[in-house]
Amino acid sequence: MEITMMMYLIPSLIMFGCGVYGFITRKNMIAILISLELMLNSVDINFTVFNRFLFPGQMEGMFFTLFAIGIAAAETALAIAIVINVFRAVNKVDIRELTKMKF
Amino acid sequence: MEFSYTVAVLIIPIVMFLFLGIVGVKLSKKTAGVLGTCAMGVTTLIAYAAALTYFFGTEQGQIVDGVRQQLEVMNITWLEFTENLVIKLGILLDPISAMMLIVITTVSLMVHIYSLGYMDGEKGFQRYYAFLSLFTFSMLGLVVATNIFQMYIFWELVGVSSYLLIGFYYTLPAAVSASKKAFIVTRFADLGFLLGILILSFYTDTFDFVTLTSNPGAAIASAGGATFMGCSVMAWALTLIFMGGAGKSAMFPLHIWLPDAMEGPTPVSALIHAATMVVAGVYLVARLFPVYCLEEGTMTIITVIGCVTALYAAAVACVQSDIKRVLAFSTISQIAFMITSLGVARPELHEGVGYMASMFHLFTHAMFKALLFLCAGAIIHAVHSNEMSKMGGLRKYMPICNIAFLIGCLAISGIWPFAGFFSKDEILVAAYANSPVWGIWLSVVAGMTAFYMFRLYYKIFWWNNPDYGHHTPHEAPMTMTFPLIFLSLVSIVAGFIPFGDLVTWNREGLTTHINWGVAGTSTVIAVGAIILATLLYRKENAVPEKMADSCRGLWTAAYKRFYMDELYQFITHKIIFACISRPIAWFDRRIIDGTFDMLANVTNSASYAVRKLQGGSIQGYVWVYLAGAALLAAIAIICII
Repeated sequence: MEITMMMYLIPSLIMFGCGVYGFITRKNMIAILISLELMLNSVDINFTVFNRFLFPGQMEGMFFTLFAIGIAAAETALAIAIVINVFRAVNKVDIRELTKMKF
Repeated sequence: MEFSYTVAVLIIPIVMFLFLGIVGVKLSKKTAGVLGTCAMGVTTLIAYAAALTYFFGTEQGQIVDGVRQQLEVMNITWLEFTENLVIKLGILLDPISAMMLIVITTVSLMVHIYSLGYMDGEKGFQRYYAFLSLFTFSMLGLVVATNIFQMYIFWELVGVSSYLLIGFYYTLPAAVSASKKAFIVTRFADLGFLLGILILSFYTDTFDFVTLTSNPGAAIASAGGATFMGCSVMAWALTLIFMGGAGKSAMFPLHIWLPDAMEGPTPVSALIHAATMVVAGVYLVARLFPVYCLEEGTMTIITVIGCVTALYAAAVACVQSDIKRVLAFSTISQIAFMITSLGVARPELHEGVGYMASMFHLFTHAMFKALLFLCAGAIIHAVHSNEMSKMGGLRKYMPICNIAFLIGCLAISGIWPFAGFFSKDEILVAAYANSPVWGIWLSVVAGMTAFYMFRLYYKIFWWNNPDYGHHTPHEAPMTMTFPLIFLSLVSIVAGFIPFGDLVTWNREGLTTHINWGVAGTSTVIAVGAIILATLLYRKENAVPEKMADSCRGLWTAAYKRFYMDELYQFITHKIIFACISRPIAWFDRRIIDGTFDMLANVTNSASYAVRKLQGGSIQGYVWVYLAGAALLAAIAIICII
């Protein structure tokens, strides 16, 4: 069986959907962060797939993915630090109770 | 240059002002006063050295072919805007500026010494001396100005120092309003001055006095016959410049600030409002005299304003009861004499004697009027009042002051051999030479001068002998009597200075001789007026009161200064404020401010309306974001299909 582009894109789409669903529905901030990572990774898959199938001779998509993974790691570290600090301050990680930042 | 040391007369006072102004409060009062006086003494010596070398020296090229040269001792470029628009600062030595150096430093030094006694124990003594230094600096800078713009800068500076010194007793509402009045009225006049400078320099392409006056015909011709409202623009420019001078010199109808300026300390009145600053207008016209005398119309305006002011002020001075007010109006009247003298002066009439007479009178008047004011200060110091009714019989208590005041009165009345006789005689000669109308007019005013001065003298020193109680008046301390004695001597001998050789319009020598026809007549008039005053006021009697009753309306009008202040009050409050300023203020507050207030209010209420969207629920924001993205995607798809 020949492997087509769609075989990558459909799982990627499912991953993205899961990420969005999780981001909206989860209460725990760590879980929300995981959902965010899921969305990022689905996008990374898209990049490599499009590069592999549409521009086979070139590497830009691959490099872009590598950069995105690096930045995602740094961003996760930052987000975790914020979550930990929020937890220390108010002893909570439930996003629905953290509504202080408003008008 | 040989005269370059003259710059010290400007540097010493300004340094003293900064020093006393910044660290003055740390010094004791005595130190500050003595320091200021010593600095003024040094300035005086330098100024005398410069002026006397200029007048009587020969070695530095002051005189070429019998003409005194105008020496630009220093002239540095201060601001350079374009090729033609260059503002310079410098020192110009010529006969009138050298003469003014002597006048200013002499009177200023006397006032500095006098104030050591007069202002003793006053709050703000150091500040007072700082301001005196500032004034001296500004006035000296004004007279040595090489160009009209430098003069304008220092002109405003003397205005500021006058404002500061009139309002010296800033806790008294009268002093505060008098200082504001002086500043606003002179500032209004300076608006004309600035316009005049701009017009003049626009056409002549120069601010420089030497360039303007060395070829006045070219200056006038540079306008090329341009006219505005039927008069040539040069006439406009010169009249506007004269308006600035009239404001500073308290000419009718811009005189209203000077009588109120008497709220300041008396030595300040002597220095600023009698001897130096108020003659700045005369000096200005004299400075540009070669240009002025080519504009016949402007000269007529100057003459008429001078004559009207002289008569008006003399009439008011005859009935005032505050001794400083009498002296203030007599100052206005005497300055009007100088202005008239310039107005009637023509190069072809007796070799331009009017110009020389004006400067001569400026010199002698500065001396005897400063003397009179300082005497008035001593009297006020002794009886603690400005009102004539609180005085009388003071000749027994204050003999030195009595003699000094008498000398001042004789000098201003024009009795031989006192200074005023010579200078007033020259003015009358110039006036008669121009037209007998002006001559007779000024002779009448000179008679009135003698009358009101001797009315003042008798009311203070003779009249009655009121009960001073335990507060017996006494002679002033030495620091105060010394300036009186010095200025008395100057008032006696100043008339014999050969002014005709020193100060003339073309800077050549001029042979003067006493015109006994004119001098005899004016002496007879003056003596008659003095005798009349003696009969009326020597001893307390009811005749003056009866005379006042017989023409009560005129008397009250003169006492109220012919309602000039009320007229100004009416024009400013009822017409300008009510009809012009108030609608403009309404427009500003309602329309202009209102527009911007409305913009701010709309933004504010819109923000209030939408701020609820930021509810703090992060997942809510995501929903909105998703919905928005979906909507945009839907729109894109629809558009593509």
